Amino acid sequence: MADVALVQVSKSFGAVEAVRGFSLSIADGEFVVLLGPTGAGKTTTLRLIAGLERPDRGSVVIKGRDVTEQVPAERDVAFVFQQYSLYPHLTVYDNLAFPLRSPARRMNESVIRRRVQQVAELLHIEHKLDNRATALSGGEMQRVAIGRALVREPAVYLMDEPLSSLDAKLRAELRLELKRIQRELGTTILYVTHDQIEAMTMADRIGVMNEGALIQLGTPREIYERPNSAYVASRLGTPAINLIPAELLRSDAVPPNVRTVGLRTEHIRISSADRSGPLAQVHWVEHLGDQNHVHLKLATHSLVTLADPVQQLRAGDQVSLEFTDPLYFDSAGNRVGSDGAGGRA
Amino acid sequence: MAEIKVEQVTKTFETFAAVKGVSFTVDHGSFFVILGPSGCGKTTTLRMIAGLELPTSGRILLDGENVTGLRASARDIAFVFQLFALYPHMNVRQNIGFPLRCQNYPRAEIRRSVEETAKLLRIDHLLERRVGGLSGGDRQRVALGRAIVRRPKAFLMDEPLGALDSEFRRLMCGELRELHDRIDATSIYITHDQLEAMAMADRIAIMNQGMVEQIGTPQEIYDRPNTMFVADFIGAPPMSFLDIRASLSRGARSIEIDGVPVEMPEVFEDRAEGRFALGVRPENVSFADSSQLRGRVIGAEYLGTTQIVTVTTANGQIKARLPSANAVRVGEQVGLALRPDRLSLFDASSGQALSSALYAGGRHG
Repeated sequence: MADVALVQVSKSFGAVEAVRGFSLSIADGEFVVLLGPTGAGKTTTLRLIAGLERPDRGSVVIKGRDVTEQVPAERDVAFVFQQYSLYPHLTVYDNLAFPLRSPARRMNESVIRRRVQQVAELLHIEHKLDNRATALSGGEMQRVAIGRALVREPAVYLMDEPLSSLDAKLRAELRLELKRIQRELGTTILYVTHDQIEAMTMADRIGVMNEGALIQLGTPREIYERPNSAYVASRLGTPAINLIPAELLRSDAVPPNVRTVGLRTEHIRISSADRSGPLAQVHWVEHLGDQNHVHLKLATHSLVTLADPVQQLRAGDQVSLEFTDPLYFDSAGNRVGSDGAGGRA
Repeated sequence: MAEIKVEQVTKTFETFAAVKGVSFTVDHGSFFVILGPSGCGKTTTLRMIAGLELPTSGRILLDGENVTGLRASARDIAFVFQLFALYPHMNVRQNIGFPLRCQNYPRAEIRRSVEETAKLLRIDHLLERRVGGLSGGDRQRVALGRAIVRRPKAFLMDEPLGALDSEFRRLMCGELRELHDRIDATSIYITHDQLEAMAMADRIAIMNQGMVEQIGTPQEIYDRPNTMFVADFIGAPPMSFLDIRASLSRGARSIEIDGVPVEMPEVFEDRAEGRFALGVRPENVSFADSSQLRGRVIGAEYLGTTQIVTVTTANGQIKARLPSANAVRVGEQVGLALRPDRLSLFDASSGQALSSALYAGGRHG
């Protein structure tokens, strides 16, 4: 059953069309991530679902009910913002209990206590319940902010880059925890980010957005392996996919309408220069610890690929390249030979 | 260009010791990164180099001259805070020229310096534009221009890219490093982001609780972490540790994990029975059916080219970076092979690495 659905929703601010004809249906218990650069319309989409914005066209459906005309409080959603906004004068416990104590709920204090305790355990902050919110570290504060959304049991959680203000290590930890909690509770989450790692590791499905439109929707593997366009291909993968003009390959295998060839690390084999295949020069080996990037020059183009740890390459080395199953794109940037399974949105 | 020397510097705020005896030398023209978690003392250290804080003890030398007691303005150093802080009512030319106007430079000289700087940053075509209408990247470049227009001896940067999104950060890392090379500057850069540090630094100092844990090139620090703190701070995901009880004698080339001998680099120390941590990086772990070191897969994170597989063993969790093409099922039992020449061994109570064939010959700083 679909928990949340957007049907042909559009929203403009003045002359800017922030969201264009956007349709998306999120199943019960599903974790959907909207991925896109700043200004793609991700946050506006969340705000439309929350009722913080009203669509110009289209409708918003939550648990089968059309809520397009309802105010935020009437919708069964919880919102987690990028910047945690806790009540500094309250303890962690009172911060967590706050949403449950609203007069509209009239919840019994013993029920509240049980609920807060449960959520605190889930987030590993049960030993901090009596601390003031301001006495916490950044990671703990963000956990409390997420916890404040979790104590309620809404139809859907809307999360707007909740991890982006944390440092890298903490982000990695909370990423795993959030996914674990979502699995354990079977909650429905729509999560917005520009971080491809967050999208890849947490999402059941990723929706790639650009300029207000949903470009492709699919599982992380579908989006990565069968992107429907050069745009989507370039959103995922480290190092980023190499997009080079098809003429450089001069191979019979390349279909005639292909303008651009997309090459990721797994499409490129580097061997000694005496082999057949296009010749390239090692320009630079960038040591990033685990991820060593080899920068190659192929004619006038640069290629970046992950270094094979056993292959010792040095700047200036001549090598020969072999390409297996690269991605092909036509002049409009659409993928050629696309099997359709990637699901054009 | 300058050499910066920090000698046994400490800084105490009332009862709190923020910096506890930090020493390092930044060579002429090098890009030095101080890396550490928030609260480790890295910003305080940088502020003392800039002259914004006075050390409680110790000395700071700029090109051999003792500047410890000099005010910030008397040191020929530019401090770049979070970039992006531009004056919105001024155009690009006025923004870049601002530091020179403040110091009453002659107009002709300001004009020449600003144009030279803009050319260096490839924004000379934008000089008459208002900063409000610029793209994020161009705004960053203008902010950088304002820092370099004075041509100071050194640049100190405190998390300048912190506010940017990850993709853009990566791009700016490349540009900052390229700019550093082009203007032949000495730079000290502060961050908590290990990827930024790895991508830009000639050398990295890792700080923890007011002290330097290790100084070295990015690869040295990654391959031969001196402490468990460093091993855990660097790498995404970080090094995994297996908890082992053992005694060791000099010359040992393997260690037993629950009766299974695991090959490792030759150890150069004798150690009585105690707790040790065997450290392994994710790319040095593979699955091998024949291995007696067993574990159960508890999760796989798909990353495109590779996946990170988490395996739980009787002695702790291990993360492996494997090609995504390898099929991995959550719940299955697997044998683990650890690349012998890349293993680190730590004293679990002190967190210090034991001397071994991997560490000898590679220890600097």
